[in-house]
Amino acid sequence: MNQKRNDAILDVKDLKMYFPVTRGLLRRKVADVKAVDGVSFKLMKDETLGLVGESGCGKTTIGRCVLGLYRPTGGNILFQDENITSLPENKLREIRRKMALIFQDPYSSLDPRQSAGSIVGEPLKIHHLSTSRGEYNDRVEQLFRIVGLDPSMTDRFPHEFSGGQRQRIGVARALACDPNLIVCDEPISALDVSIQAQIINLLEELQEGIKELSYLFIAHDLSVVRHISDRVAVMYLGRIVEICKSRVLYDNPLHPYTRALLSAIPIADPFVEETRERIILKGEVPSPLNPPPGCSFHPRCFMAIPDCSQAIPPLRDIGEGHQVACIRV
Amino acid sequence: MTELLRVNNLVTQFKTESGVVRAVDGISYYIDELEIVGLVGESGCGKSVSQLSTMQLISAPGEIAGGEVIFEGQNLLKFEANGPRMRAVRGAKIAMIFQEPMTSLNPVLTIGQQLTEMLVLHMKMSDDTSRKRAIELMSMVGIPGAASRIDDYPHHFSGGMRQRVMIAMALSCNPRILIADEPTTALDVTTQAQLLELMKDMVQHFRASLVIVTHNLGVVARYAQRIYIMYAGRIVESGTTKDIFGNPRHPYTIGLLKCIPRLDEEEGRKLVPIEGLPPNLINMPSTCAFLPRCHYKIDKCFKEPWPGLTSVNGNHFIRCYADTKEKNK
Repeated sequence: MNQKRNDAILDVKDLKMYFPVTRGLLRRKVADVKAVDGVSFKLMKDETLGLVGESGCGKTTIGRCVLGLYRPTGGNILFQDENITSLPENKLREIRRKMALIFQDPYSSLDPRQSAGSIVGEPLKIHHLSTSRGEYNDRVEQLFRIVGLDPSMTDRFPHEFSGGQRQRIGVARALACDPNLIVCDEPISALDVSIQAQIINLLEELQEGIKELSYLFIAHDLSVVRHISDRVAVMYLGRIVEICKSRVLYDNPLHPYTRALLSAIPIADPFVEETRERIILKGEVPSPLNPPPGCSFHPRCFMAIPDCSQAIPPLRDIGEGHQVACIRV
Repeated sequence: MTELLRVNNLVTQFKTESGVVRAVDGISYYIDELEIVGLVGESGCGKSVSQLSTMQLISAPGEIAGGEVIFEGQNLLKFEANGPRMRAVRGAKIAMIFQEPMTSLNPVLTIGQQLTEMLVLHMKMSDDTSRKRAIELMSMVGIPGAASRIDDYPHHFSGGMRQRVMIAMALSCNPRILIADEPTTALDVTTQAQLLELMKDMVQHFRASLVIVTHNLGVVARYAQRIYIMYAGRIVESGTTKDIFGNPRHPYTIGLLKCIPRLDEEEGRKLVPIEGLPPNLINMPSTCAFLPRCHYKIDKCFKEPWPGLTSVNGNHFIRCYADTKEKNK
């Protein structure tokens, strides 16, 4: 994690993902839901980038575009310098071997009728990565050990494991093909508090132990994201509104939405809580079907001026890689 | 302050095929007038069941096996669960807000019908006055355009708005105690903050006490004056919020605080997970239930039964033999 090279493993440029809204018998398109609307960021080798935002802000959609599960409406995604947005399906599958996904719900993301061992080993079969039965078994057992599961449990079924253990199975499956990028989509939010730390630590240890492993860490819980990430991107209604180093995020948040989001999260310390800025936002997140003009945050913003509804503020660099999209900053 | 509710040695158990589950195993606590009390624990610790028990909302195979709930000089558990005396308390003098705003409203009745039902039933209002009062309550909890929205159905409302309706409903009969069971867990971060502020303001306005049942230590650090920490059906630590966070003494509380990421933590802080899993509540040993996961255990813990709550400093109680103060550096 320390020797960070300057090259990006993932370079997302002006990504747009629109979902059509259809109506009537002929399913005519009447509008677009702009789930992701012009998002650019880079993910460096060995880096963890956190994507935070509330439901419907487009963070999961970005993750799915990056994995090639959606064909973006516009923009480019460069993974290891190859543009994956224009690749045919068979080429994409080859590249996808280097990417993996860890899901939110360890209960529904594992096939209940498949043994834990075969769940973990399935990517090896799909990508023909083991030449013999023995090699396959060795690799599965090795993966079990890496994530802290007893290799003798490979024949057990998901229901025999606890929530935390199931998420370990999910992590082992993600590691099967030696990926360079793992998209972690809310990997701990379904787990109990005392179990969450086990999975966070596991993810951190894996990154320290494995060469060239980057995480795109998607979550709504800023304190978890800040803990695990090197940099954090805050999203609101399909756009990144602020992106900066994790350390800077708490000390010097600039975008009013980031400030509100931070202040909305209580810290487990009554002494600190007494002194904190408390911003309670008005209203709710507007529908992405019909976003407000200009800066989409302005109707709820405590710093808004008339100019805010005129144009969409671009993300601009204010030094040391700290970028913010607000005309009032 | 005057004591409003006192629970003594409450036991609630569920008879299952594999044995008796003591979900709540002899807990005692009190709630003072105008107080905000936090009840904290992980899933399965009995925090919700204990609150449902005070309202006599336990159905088969569950049963309240012992203890008393003293409210306004009477033991509520002596009342027949569905009798008129219990019904005069439940929903009226002690009201409850549930976690899922999606499922706790009746989808085939309008918001108005559901709100006025309570007013007609408990407050003996006429149809006209109850409707006026319902509109008043809806605007108090911040539902814009209350007069025009009263005839809408729950699906017309967002999750946050539905939870506002739930709050209005709970407050409609001027309760003395409002029990909020994970009131914001299913909601977005900024909406959570809005609703918690609203609840705090509302209980002040209605001069009621608030019980916040949650797994989120941050929420109770911000809002509660006193806290009960639960583990395996028992209260393991209780005290003022500043006692609990400033000087946590039970190994479980100490463990929880060490395993959660904090928004304001130093860079590079390592989380210390609580190893192992919460115990199976069937056939619990008489020794401390946290013993297998405890870092502070001493010989006495293995030999003697789990101790009762003992004061460590005034109103600060723990159930533990070990000297955590010395070792907790």
